[in-house]
Amino acid sequence: MASDVDHLYIYLVLVSAVMTLLIFATIFVFAVKYRRRSNDEIPAPIHGSLKLEITWSIIPFLIMLTFFWWGAKIFFLNATPPPNSMDVYVVGKQWMWKIQYPGGQREINELHVPVGRPVKITLASEDVIHSFFIPAFRIKHDVVPGRYDTMWFTATKPGRYHLFCAEYCGTEHSGMVGWVTVMSPADYETWLAGGGTGGTMAQQGEQLFEQAGCSSCHLMDRQGRGPNLRGVYGTQVQLTDGRSVTVDDAYIRESILNPNAKIIEGFRPNVMPNFQGQVSEEQILQLIAYIKSLAITGTTVAPAGTQPAGDAQPNGGKL
Amino acid sequence: MAQQFDSATFGMWVFLLTEIMFFGGMFGAYTVYRSMYPLAFESTSLHMNPAFGAANTAVLIVSSLTMALAVRAARMGKQVQIQLFLILTLLFGIAFLVIKGFEYHEHWVDMKVPLFPDTWHHWNYSEAPQFARQAQILFCFYFFMTGFHALHMIVGVGIMTTIFIMARKGKFSSSYFTPVEISGLYWHFVDIVWIFLFPLLYLIGNARKLI
Amino acid sequence: MSTALEQPRAQEKPNYLNAEYGWKSWLLTTDHKRIAVLYIISISAMFLLGGIFAMLIRLELLTPQGDLVNSDTYNKFFTMHGIVMVFFFLVPSIPATLGNFLVPMMIGAKDLAFPRINLLSWYIYIVGAAFAIAAIAMGGVDTGWTFYTPFSTTYSNTFVITAAVGVFVAGFSSILTGLNFIVTVHKMRAPGMTWGRLPLFVWANYATALIQVLGTPVVAITLALVGLERAFHIGIFDPAIGGDPILFQHMFWFYSHPAVYIMILPGMGVVSELVTCFSRKGVFGYSFIAGSSLSIAIIGFLVWGHHMFVTGMSTYASLYFSLLTMFVAVPSAIKVFNWTATMYKGSISYETPMLYAFGFIGLFTIGGLTGLFLGTLGVDVHLTDTYFVVAHFHYVMVGGMVLAYLGGLHFWWPKITGKMYPDGWGKFSALLVFAGFNLTFFPQFIAGYLGQPRRYHAYAPEFQVLNVMSTAGASVLGLGFLIPAVYLLWSLKFGKPAGDNPWGAKGLEWETTSPPPTFNFDQTPIVTEEAYAYAKHQEEHVG
Repeated sequence: MASDVDHLYIYLVLVSAVMTLLIFATIFVFAVKYRRRSNDEIPAPIHGSLKLEITWSIIPFLIMLTFFWWGAKIFFLNATPPPNSMDVYVVGKQWMWKIQYPGGQREINELHVPVGRPVKITLASEDVIHSFFIPAFRIKHDVVPGRYDTMWFTATKPGRYHLFCAEYCGTEHSGMVGWVTVMSPADYETWLAGGGTGGTMAQQGEQLFEQAGCSSCHLMDRQGRGPNLRGVYGTQVQLTDGRSVTVDDAYIRESILNPNAKIIEGFRPNVMPNFQGQVSEEQILQLIAYIKSLAITGTTVAPAGTQPAGDAQPNGGKL
Repeated sequence: MAQQFDSATFGMWVFLLTEIMFFGGMFGAYTVYRSMYPLAFESTSLHMNPAFGAANTAVLIVSSLTMALAVRAARMGKQVQIQLFLILTLLFGIAFLVIKGFEYHEHWVDMKVPLFPDTWHHWNYSEAPQFARQAQILFCFYFFMTGFHALHMIVGVGIMTTIFIMARKGKFSSSYFTPVEISGLYWHFVDIVWIFLFPLLYLIGNARKLI
Repeated sequence: MSTALEQPRAQEKPNYLNAEYGWKSWLLTTDHKRIAVLYIISISAMFLLGGIFAMLIRLELLTPQGDLVNSDTYNKFFTMHGIVMVFFFLVPSIPATLGNFLVPMMIGAKDLAFPRINLLSWYIYIVGAAFAIAAIAMGGVDTGWTFYTPFSTTYSNTFVITAAVGVFVAGFSSILTGLNFIVTVHKMRAPGMTWGRLPLFVWANYATALIQVLGTPVVAITLALVGLERAFHIGIFDPAIGGDPILFQHMFWFYSHPAVYIMILPGMGVVSELVTCFSRKGVFGYSFIAGSSLSIAIIGFLVWGHHMFVTGMSTYASLYFSLLTMFVAVPSAIKVFNWTATMYKGSISYETPMLYAFGFIGLFTIGGLTGLFLGTLGVDVHLTDTYFVVAHFHYVMVGGMVLAYLGGLHFWWPKITGKMYPDGWGKFSALLVFAGFNLTFFPQFIAGYLGQPRRYHAYAPEFQVLNVMSTAGASVLGLGFLIPAVYLLWSLKFGKPAGDNPWGAKGLEWETTSPPPTFNFDQTPIVTEEAYAYAKHQEEHVG
């Protein structure tokens, strides 16, 4: 994908250079050729030419449409992560990046990824707007408080690359920088094994689920005062006001921070306490990982995400 | 002189255009939040008092009538009528502000004023606590929109006073009544903003209650 | 032929400068020309203030570490540089100075439609500037000139409200100026001055006035909401209670994108005047240039989302905004082509104003083309929030607008003051500005593409060479701005008296004295020819 961006960029540079040189050269030639030679010369008037106006409107416009088209294509590909992407969770806060992996590993200002595997990053902010920028991968996405955003990439070359915050966020905005390390799959497995002593994200989420008292209403084998969360992730649910929504990351986050916003049909408002201010963005991500991991039958399973899902590359999934 | 009259009225229309953009920005933001939180909106609108709103609407519509009559009197050079209708318009304008004052007072007493953290935290919005947070945003918009409108009314009252004093001094005649004309335009505009505010803030959510 | 004889004669002729003397005659004037001079002084002062912040920024960026000042101070530097330059220099600049002075004269009127509102505009501007300077003096603002929420509403500990009030108030000055121009152009044209004969400078200011009137109120209400939120701890833009920080961005950019057209359109109007005069030829494609000013004004309201491509806005909205951005580029391109065509078979001379016009066309072309880079979705994701954007907007704002302002100032200086400046120094400064400007800002395109983010106090060491080049260029550019201040002020006392029409230009303003009398014309002119009728003049001359 980065090379696609570069190709489009070079195309833009070439067209712009040609355009600029054309205009500079024309003006230069005219300025010299038609310089004033005597003080009372008065040139003949030339009012205009409809043909010329149309030509030099349409042709540049068509060229600009090619810019638009190519750019839109890249943008669209950027917008949808491939289905087998590896998940990484990034929480931006003044003035650091807190990174969590499904296996429970955590880092500050460092991101480790394997080469050749699509990585889907879920972005959350604890305070103001930040922006997650990896120049070498030609990607960037704002991190907006109050919602989740996602971005994805597939690294193609091992190495260490800059990570910058790209949306002004206060005093240490320029200090909110780090490194992305791309490793071979084998090295990556070794690295993963070395960290994550707190258990996987889903396991940490399960602990939180107990500690915060969620399990007293959200029972796993029958309906309690709250909906049974087993297998609910990704399904459509009916709300009390008739709408139906998909149980995705954003919905779960909202249900924790503002439970009365969307109540599932058959349940009452003001029963679930409001956890605003009591759980951090990282903890919410752990809870979501736990809920994701709940299968329809059986006990909680270890979350997927640590083993590569094979060598299949999605369309355009190269960096 | 005719060209000056033309210019002045044109200038006032352009100014009113800027006012449309100003209020429009607020209406736009309000619309966004209303569409994001339709249920919270319905709940908060039940707390608006349509009686106050209706009274204010009636007052303003009548005041626009008296304003139009004042402009007509000015065109005809009828000095007594100009003063009479201007004074009536002015009184109706003040009446609007007084009624608004009572309405704001009622909100204050019921602790529905979100501007000061203390009052807000005491109020638990017991009828629908699940909407408390969005209600805060929507009440803010209610106060900002009606507040900026009231500010424009106060300016309008000031303008009416000035024009009234000018009329008493005999400044207007059938050949010179420009200030009356352009003040009229301003007054009608502030009235029209209210005509939009009233249904949006008071009526829509209350439709079931009223009908 | 001796200057000793000419000087006293010029001083005797009554004009708007010597009509009355004393503070009151200036501070209570309703003469559009005096108000223009008041604005020239105030705006130059704000430009100097903004320029000082620019110098401080570039000094800090000589080294990768943040070692000149601490982070908070640096953040205040770039914020204040942006606020002062955008709201107190660029937005008012040409309309309030050259526009105020020239628009009534160019249409053959005695003054603007509402002279007292014109004076009120200036006072409102001064009050706004006072708030901005107060914010600086009390300790500054550090939100960036874009005031993004929730940082500006909840997290910043600086004088946000004071600065926002300053901008709000200055916005009113802008609205009233725009209102005045619209009514003036509609209602006060001299007999025979049809819309189709208006100088393009008037068309440009008219289109600008439309944007001022329609767009500024939206930023006013946006900043009012930010101020209210900050003062009363409410949370319209606070995500914790369901507010939307992106709504702020939509509202802010809804004005601030058209605002950039407020800044550039008058500059383009100046260039039309310069190119025609110094090619001694009517403009090529008059109706297309006039029409393009209007098109830019209208389409400019439809593209604001291109500042928000990476915010998580819907993909379809992003597509729409990118497409519309391509549309808005076309009229600007048309102008550049038409100006070039005007020079074809013209009679071109290279006085200072024309050098600035050349500079504008070249630098605006680069600035405009790089805008297309940013309007292209896939590439914008990489380039946005980097120094590429900084370079782009400085190319159009400084390379475009400021050069046009300087060119216009040098072109109409003899008309405004009755004095001529030394053209040699003028040309030297123009070249200095051109060279210094490119050295300052071209490296920033490269730095941005390589990944240097904007608003960074300290940066990764590999960007240092480019930054050092940029700072070196800034010193040259600063010199290029200071030298004209010196010789222009010098010319007020020691400059040669300029005649009524030192450039041999067409236009009603050149058919009256330099400086003009208070009521502009001894008799209302009657217009019988098109704008820029250079050739016709010759026919009359010869035949």
